[in-house]
Amino acid sequence: MTTGSDDTMMLTTPFHSRIAAACELNCWGDWMGYTTPNAYTDVELEYFAVRNAAGVFDLTPMNKYRITGTDAEAYLNRLVTRDVSKIGVGRVGYTVWCDEAGQVMDDGTIFHLAENDYRICAYARATDWLHWSALGFDVTIEDETAEVAALAVQGPTSCAALTAMGLVGLDQLKPFGLTEFDFEGEPLVVSRTGFTGDLGYELWIAPHKAEALWDRLFESGEPYLIKPFGTHALEMARIEAGFLQAGVDFMPAEEVVRNGRSRSPFELGLGWLVDMDKSVFNGRRALQQELARGSRYRFAILDVDGNKPANHSFILKGNKQVGTVTSAAWCPTAKSNVAFAQIEMPYGAVGEELVAEIYYQRELHWTRVLAPCKVIDAPVFSHPRRRATPPGNF
Amino acid sequence: MTDTYDVVLVGAGHNGLVCATYLARAGRKVLVLEANTEPGGCAATREFAPGYSVSACAQWLNQLHPTVARDLALENHGLQWAARQLASISLDVDGQHLTQRGDYVEGGNITAADSAAFRKFHAKTTRYAKLLARAFEARAPKLVESNLTDRLTLIKLGLGLKMMGRDDMSDLMRIILINMYDVMEENFDNAQLKGLLSLDSLLGSHMGPRTPSTVFGYLYRRVGEVFGHAGHAQVKGGMGALGRAMAASARAAGVEIRLSSAVASIDVDAGRVTGVTLADGEQISAGIVVSNADPITTFERLVGLRNLETDTARRVSQIRCTGGTAKLHLALNGLPAFTGLQERQLGQRLVIAPDMNYIERAFNAVKYKEYSTAPALDISIPTVHDAGLAPAGAHVLSAIVQFAPYAPQGGWEAHRETFTQLVVECIARYAPGIEQQIVASELLTPADLERDYGMTGGHWHHGELGMDQVLMMRPFPGATQYNAAFDGLYLCGAGAHPGGGVMGLAGRNAAREIIKRGAAA
Repeated sequence: MTTGSDDTMMLTTPFHSRIAAACELNCWGDWMGYTTPNAYTDVELEYFAVRNAAGVFDLTPMNKYRITGTDAEAYLNRLVTRDVSKIGVGRVGYTVWCDEAGQVMDDGTIFHLAENDYRICAYARATDWLHWSALGFDVTIEDETAEVAALAVQGPTSCAALTAMGLVGLDQLKPFGLTEFDFEGEPLVVSRTGFTGDLGYELWIAPHKAEALWDRLFESGEPYLIKPFGTHALEMARIEAGFLQAGVDFMPAEEVVRNGRSRSPFELGLGWLVDMDKSVFNGRRALQQELARGSRYRFAILDVDGNKPANHSFILKGNKQVGTVTSAAWCPTAKSNVAFAQIEMPYGAVGEELVAEIYYQRELHWTRVLAPCKVIDAPVFSHPRRRATPPGNF
Repeated sequence: MTDTYDVVLVGAGHNGLVCATYLARAGRKVLVLEANTEPGGCAATREFAPGYSVSACAQWLNQLHPTVARDLALENHGLQWAARQLASISLDVDGQHLTQRGDYVEGGNITAADSAAFRKFHAKTTRYAKLLARAFEARAPKLVESNLTDRLTLIKLGLGLKMMGRDDMSDLMRIILINMYDVMEENFDNAQLKGLLSLDSLLGSHMGPRTPSTVFGYLYRRVGEVFGHAGHAQVKGGMGALGRAMAASARAAGVEIRLSSAVASIDVDAGRVTGVTLADGEQISAGIVVSNADPITTFERLVGLRNLETDTARRVSQIRCTGGTAKLHLALNGLPAFTGLQERQLGQRLVIAPDMNYIERAFNAVKYKEYSTAPALDISIPTVHDAGLAPAGAHVLSAIVQFAPYAPQGGWEAHRETFTQLVVECIARYAPGIEQQIVASELLTPADLERDYGMTGGHWHHGELGMDQVLMMRPFPGATQYNAAFDGLYLCGAGAHPGGGVMGLAGRNAAREIIKRGAAA
């Protein structure tokens, strides 16, 4: 390597040329080794594009694994906590998977592409775990992270923008549905999924068509005020929508070195993803014991007084520290100050009033605020078009 | 389906029968299912030619725990001794044989210095073996999340180690992980003595004298002496008689034993064991299933890897369980003549392991899935003490052969004749003319032992006795206290703590654990 070169160990996605051109702030982050834009122009503007028009996010770095073979369903059913047999062909399911201690290793989505053919999208690298889990199963596992380019198109005008690009009939696709179009002779898989809690789609295509897809999308999307958005804007949207982020709201169990720092699905408010009727799945034995014994923690969404985001705050009950905040943001659309917290049992039941100990700094001056907060029962942002089919023409 | 049994036990090996007896005595209704036509598992007598019988796997009894023997009242149930307190004789081609009995060695040009050194070494290793013996008599403690029982066990172990004194403690800590070759070189000059003790450290295993953990293997064997076995013993009627005595004791305690009843699967549902399904399709439900089969057979074949959580399946798939030991059985028309051996000495344990490099070279072959061209042998001529095993005037010879691969290139059938011939020639170097006395022979390869006695890989110990697979690691983390993966599923065989050898402790410890956990276990 020569000095002064632009060589870098960081990978780029097939959309990189277009992203780099659009990234006016030149503000980059690292997502699983890929160069990823934190922000393109202005975080708030990008956020409002997602909420009021359509935003485009490059999610290629998401780890993608193809699972095929006659045992694919049985394999996945043993791997994850929910019942995969209920995810029909052409459907997508959100799920978590656990280790034998019933601790969440990751969350992700399972795409049932065809009979005996699935794709699993994960936050963490999972090659070794997926292969170990294949012992005794007739399945083939392929890491296709680099073979599939992916874009999320999220927001109220996303359906209209994509329809304008030629995806006719997309408005008939139901939430968590999956369909395929032809894009310049290449299959374009479209799923009605996303991480913003609004109407939105994810597009999956071969890398050599990535730039063409980006160009066509922004061309047809222009009247629909389409805009690319980075991870900072996504962070606001996902907190507003109540979505957990692996590595932020929980530590993937395999990355945890200190005893007790991982969490079970029940402790993350994801008990609804656990199907104890299944005879066997990873973590079942431990989760059964947890159900009998009780969980250590509870996941709570807090509505915090004031407008100071409660990042990294301790949560108090009286003088007792009962929890900590994992994610926090001022949510512009819902106009509320939201925090996700891990609260020690038995605290944190819906309706309980707690206090967030917030520290913030203005011009090197630190201030401590004891902000009252309340455990709420649902995310602060939700719109009917997220679930409506057709979603309506915005 | 009717739930008539509290416990179904898979396999009537010696540990299974011991476990079943204790459970029945504790009031459990126990059914033992055995695929073979005889009880006893590796404690078996095999008629390999008309009128000629030998102990098929284990041929010496030198580790059976006295409490087990007493509790099962084996002598009341037909156990008879053909011979006890037998010496080990390391054979020399020129007749300069070395005899070892307890801490005493003679012959083989042994020097006074070596004799003295051996007495010292024997005393020291006896102290070490005592410590191990105590640890073998209880379940292995869990190191993480250990409860009071486990902490007590650990404290006792630590205290025992401390009580040995500083020199012994540091020496044990030093040698337990290393190999026999180095320790032998530190202590002795006599090649035959070093060869004999090295063979003791690795019989039944897939290790050479230079393999780490062989010192543990040696101490493991020496535990038999702590249990009161001075030398090797021979059971009248072969080891099968021990199996039959154990079965009689079990039946007397109320255990039902069904022979020729192969279990096809151990059935599980929602984290619990529910029973077993036999090869003929019959289902037997039970809240507790105890497997005397090795851990790989139990989890991979009977439960099925798909029914296990990934972590357990992964651990099962990583168990080192490849055998390297074969058995050769010879039917002889008369008593063989060994150069330099008196006729009365022929009933002792005869060993061909002239030096450590001989064994190491024999081991080299099996690493590459080849058989040893000069194997090390542990020979028994049981008919010297027990004439009933062969027709009048005739004899049988049984030899443990180190080493033979589980799956040689081209399959065993391509090599069986050659290897048999080779082992016979090896014996003939010490017993010229024995070839002419052979009327029949049988070679049991590791693959044969797997087929006939259900041992995965043909491994005698149901899993290598390496430091990574013993005590709190046996058979694998998460399954160390007999219960594993499912409520109600237990292991009681050699694959569980403390391990293989006809000791009976795995079966007894498992029964104690099941009884302790109560009916709901």
